[in-house]
Amino acid sequence: MTAATNMKEVLESKLGGVSLVWSAFRDQNRVAVPVSHIAAALQTLRDAGMDQLVDITAVDMLEYPGATDRFEVVYLLLNTTSGERLTVKTHVNEPELKLPSACPVWFGADWLEREVYDMFGIVFEGHPNFKRLLLPDAFESFPLRKDYPVKGRGERHNFPIITRAES
Amino acid sequence: MATEINKQLGDNVFLTTIDAAASWARANSLWPMPFATACCGIELMSTAASKHDLSRFGSEVMRFTPRQCDLMIVAGRVVMKMIPVLQRIWLQMPEPKWCISMGACACSGGVFDTYAVVQGIDRFLPVDIYIPGCPPRPEQLIKAIMDLQDKIKKTGTYDAREFKLRILPDGPKRFDEDELVRIRERNGFKLDEPKYDPIH
Repeated sequence: MTAATNMKEVLESKLGGVSLVWSAFRDQNRVAVPVSHIAAALQTLRDAGMDQLVDITAVDMLEYPGATDRFEVVYLLLNTTSGERLTVKTHVNEPELKLPSACPVWFGADWLEREVYDMFGIVFEGHPNFKRLLLPDAFESFPLRKDYPVKGRGERHNFPIITRAES
Repeated sequence: MATEINKQLGDNVFLTTIDAAASWARANSLWPMPFATACCGIELMSTAASKHDLSRFGSEVMRFTPRQCDLMIVAGRVVMKMIPVLQRIWLQMPEPKWCISMGACACSGGVFDTYAVVQGIDRFLPVDIYIPGCPPRPEQLIKAIMDLQDKIKKTGTYDAREFKLRILPDGPKRFDEDELVRIRERNGFKLDEPKYDPIH
């Protein structure tokens, strides 16, 4: 807990005046950062010893009870020396689905950000090779959004049919 | 004269058609191409291994290049990203060739009714034999290969002209989304982008 408090002091001294929302659940510490300060927050945390980016993921909060923002982007950080972990959250809304890339801070953010773009359509600016990771390049939708039907919009049927006489 | 020939040749000569001879040879030397993408592939390997020993039935050599195969066994679910690959492999196989769709996923998508999983490879490829099961037992695969051998022996032709008749796609009819819109309009249903589309 002392280490997390330490992280809190570091972040609040660096980002003075920015409203950070801290919460904790069973020793898991979380902080919500405004999207305008997410790059500075991540860089500060990296300099303060959070040397591993475990994961970047996102949540579509559409129709979520009490949610005010559409998308929540979640960064899971780990200090490999002390074993301390921190969850950093930020919120983005349409039509400004843009975030600064974390690739300059942790290079491992490369594929993670591409996956988030692939599934949610959130653009990470400053990414060295920004394109879809899992789905085909021609795919137009973002399937993990809650307003995307689970059976798709006909993408899985959009292929040529080969009959036996032709092949 | 006939009796003279019979006396000289006796039981040493068979009379058959070229079609039957070619089909007999082809049916007993099937070279499968294992297109195994999921757990059905494990059953496929088990079928070829010593306990079930697929080679007893004349389907001995698994080849991992489509150029040397004449039977494609699609074992497992196929996602939409895989379909162009699958079609390319199918087109690379030399004639005559056959296709077995093994397992619920390859036949119909199985439980994976999502945007990414193709609902049966027969929508895009010609399939000869379907094997149900999740995954099917090796015995079912052996039975399927024996059925395919039967099919080849009964319908096979020397120049593979029986395939020329299959000009229609083997799979179910493609779903017409415009038809769905027309049905909804007829029923007075407003189609202003529902958040959860129950049909798709």
